[in-house]
Parts: sequence; C-alpha cells; structure tokens
Amino acid sequence: MTDRLDRDALARRVAADIPDGAYVNLGIGAPTLVADHLPPGSEVILHTENGMLGMGPAPAPGDVDPDLINAGKLAVTELPGAAYFHHADSFGMMRGGHLDLCILGAFQVSQTGDLANWSTGAPDAIPAVGGAMDLAIGAKDVYVMTDLLTRGGESKLVESCTYPLTGVGCVTRVYTDRAVFDVTPDGFAVRELFGTTTLDELRELTGLTLTMVDEATTDEESR
Amino acid sequence: MIDKTVADLREAVAGIADGATVMVGGFGRAGQPVELIDALIDAGASELTIISNNAGGGDLGLARLIAEGRVRKVVCSFPRQTDSWHFDRAYREGRLELELVPQGNLAERIRAAGAGIGAFYSPTAVGTPLAEGKEHREIDGRTYLLEHPLRADVALIGGLRADRWGNVVYRRTARNFGPIMATAARTTVVQVDEIVPLGALDPEAIVTPGIFVDRVVAVGGRRWLRAGEFVGGVDLQGEPLAGSAADSAAADTVGGHR
Repeated sequence: MTDRLDRDALARRVAADIPDGAYVNLGIGAPTLVADHLPPGSEVILHTENGMLGMGPAPAPGDVDPDLINAGKLAVTELPGAAYFHHADSFGMMRGGHLDLCILGAFQVSQTGDLANWSTGAPDAIPAVGGAMDLAIGAKDVYVMTDLLTRGGESKLVESCTYPLTGVGCVTRVYTDRAVFDVTPDGFAVRELFGTTTLDELRELTGLTLTMVDEATTDEESR
Repeated sequence: MIDKTVADLREAVAGIADGATVMVGGFGRAGQPVELIDALIDAGASELTIISNNAGGGDLGLARLIAEGRVRKVVCSFPRQTDSWHFDRAYREGRLELELVPQGNLAERIRAAGAGIGAFYSPTAVGTPLAEGKEHREIDGRTYLLEHPLRADVALIGGLRADRWGNVVYRRTARNFGPIMATAARTTVVQVDEIVPLGALDPEAIVTPGIFVDRVVAVGGRRWLRAGEFVGGVDLQGEPLAGSAADSAAADTVGGHR
C-alpha cells in the first residue's frame, strides 16, 4: 500500500502546518515524532507538561540527565531560552488557553470532535489518565495524529465514541495516514487526500458522510 | 535562630504515623525523594494514603513502599508504567484503593490546599467517566466540575539545594510537584544534595521559600553532577553507564544520591 503515509511522513505533514512561534505540546507516542520534522530555523516552542518550555531533542546516550525528561519520561535536552516551572503553572498554561496547539494520539474521534484516547474501558485494565484530559480541553487547537484504521480494520473516526471520553468537542483537526480531516459543524470534512485515496474510499472505510473542505471558504490565516 | 536542618533521614521522617496521608514529589524518577521514602519504610508506618503523580516504577522508592504493603490508598494521575509491577499487583489483588485524578486537577487541588482555596471549578474531565458524582456548574456558557483541595499530613520532596531557613531550589524537570506539595502539607520535608549557608542561594532564584518547609536533610550529590556541573555518564535511573566517569566515581562514593 503505497498510498498511505508512514508515521514519519505523517509527522512531517503535521509539522508543516505548525506556524513559527507557536507554543505546542506533543502527546506521548507518535506525536513526539513531529519534533523531528519542524522546519529548520523555525522557533516552535515545545511544552512538556511535567514542567518545561523550550524542550529540545533526545541527548546522546552519555548525556542523559535523569532530571531532564519529557512527559513520556524519556530523556530530552534544554534549548536556549528554555524555562522550568511547577506542575500547577504547567497545567495553568493549558487550561488558561495559553498553549496554541496540542497534538495527541487517539483511539477514536467523533464527528463532533469528541476524543477518546485514555482508556479502552477493558474491565481488567489498570486505569491511567495522566494529562490527557487537561490537554484535550486546554489548548486553543487540538490536532489528532493517528492511523485512520485500527489494526483490526475499524475506523477511528466515528459517529460517536464508544470508548470512554477524554474530552468533549475538543478536536479541531485529524491527521491520518490516508487523509487530513477538519472537524466542522457538519461533521468531518476532508482537507487533503494522500496518495491514491479517494473521498468515496474514505466514506466506505469510515461509514461516515464526508464532505470535502470548501477551499473557497477556508481561511488559513484565521486559524 | 531558625534551623530546619535535621541530622539524618531517620529524623527527617520522624513522627509519620500509621494511616497518615503523605504527598510524594516527583514525576517518574525525576524529583522522587527516594532516600526519604527508604527512611519512611524503615520507620515502619503503614496504612498510608499516598498522593503522587505516579505509583512507582521498578523496585525503588514509591514502588518499594507499595511492595512492602505500607500503602492503603493511592491518589494519582498515572499509576500504570511499563515497570509499575508492584502497584499493578497490589491493585489487581485488591490490596489498595486508587483515586484517579487528571494530572492538572491533581496539581491544582494540591495548589488550592496550599493557597487556602475552599474548592474550585475546573473544565477538565467534563463529559468523561471521571466526572461522575461531581457537581457540575455552567459558568459563562462553559461547564465545569467542582474540585476539592488535596492536603496531606506530610510532604516528601526532592530538591537540589536548601539553606537552614528551608529555602529550596530544584533542578530542571525534577521540580515538578515539589513547589506545590511543599505548600499543602502540615509537615514538609525536603531532601537535597547539599545544605548551603544562609545567603548562598540567590533570593531571585529561590523556588520554594522556607515558610513552606519544616525539615531539610542533605543526602549527598547526584552521580550525574560534579561540583554542581552536569557530567552525564548515567542512564535515566541515574545508574552509571559502564566505563563512565560516574561509574568510577560511584565506586568510591558512599551514600550518594541515587
């Protein structure tokens, strides 16, 4: 299947939409790859909710600092201009609407922008939520980055989520391996198709009434 | 004269009773006051309620406290980790109770306790299973949940340096919950690498003013620092990489920070 983007290509695609100067939180997992594809010279400031702005890439193995980790508890580095702060300030940055963008993974996204990404609701699972719910409702924009289908072939874009919710009506855009979708008052609108993917194919895969984003009414600058 | 310095770890955790509520700083391993937790285990308190972001990983610190059966309840945001086997087992065997709190609500509830706030409305978790049973209120068209402060009998915190007045500075992302937990407990205990003379900490850079701190104890320097400078040579757990400077230093260091 050459018509789907792999994770790195998708991360590059997401990174291309992040404006210079944005304050961005990258969720644990695939979204962290976005950091590797930010345009050189752009000053996108990465926030990690355990208490840092100006987070840099992973260090060389000999330079791992146990006191300098990201929200995924992985070693990171400090860029010039970085700042540290405690947890209440860090989550105030989200909840208070100071963060421009958050990019999260998802189990499901509904056509009204509901997000499910913290629990599959399996009865024997140990529950853990971390900062997912705060991130979902805090940033000005919440983008989801995910494969369109689960490993079992089910659509992650759904009419309404069957998994426990993380946040209600919070997702504004979804980047998948087959297409980019905007969440609109009329449901999902396809913004961009990758490879040979067609709108009809997406309708079949998702079972949703999808439209194409009307380019004439899209004002990129207003975002 | 004020001197909040205590001589050793035993004295630092003295008086923590069975059934106490204990805040434990740290996010994962960063900032976790492992030496204070070890001392708490040695002191013998049990039936503890632990408020912390995680529920321990590996076999050290918080994980060992749980493994030793000292914990009755955990209030945290993210207990599940690849190496949280001690929590996982105790939880599955029904040996401890879990109150799961979204991370930002956890932080704000701790901050609220320290700041004398009666309760507050948060938008986090609205419409999710974690909203069940909470008072909902619409304010200016947005729905919020009523959240109550979280306070503790004791807070155990990991800092970098302190003076005898209890002023504390932290290191990088090891700061995490320290500054807010310090405000929210009846007795706040801080372990630091070193205690410096009064006046040696830059007043503009003090993160936790001594008014919030009751006891400070020095536990020795971290392996990845030499004279305060980062030298590396360790893994994420702070264990020396084979053949590194930290490895040779570890051989002749006794009681150093883990």
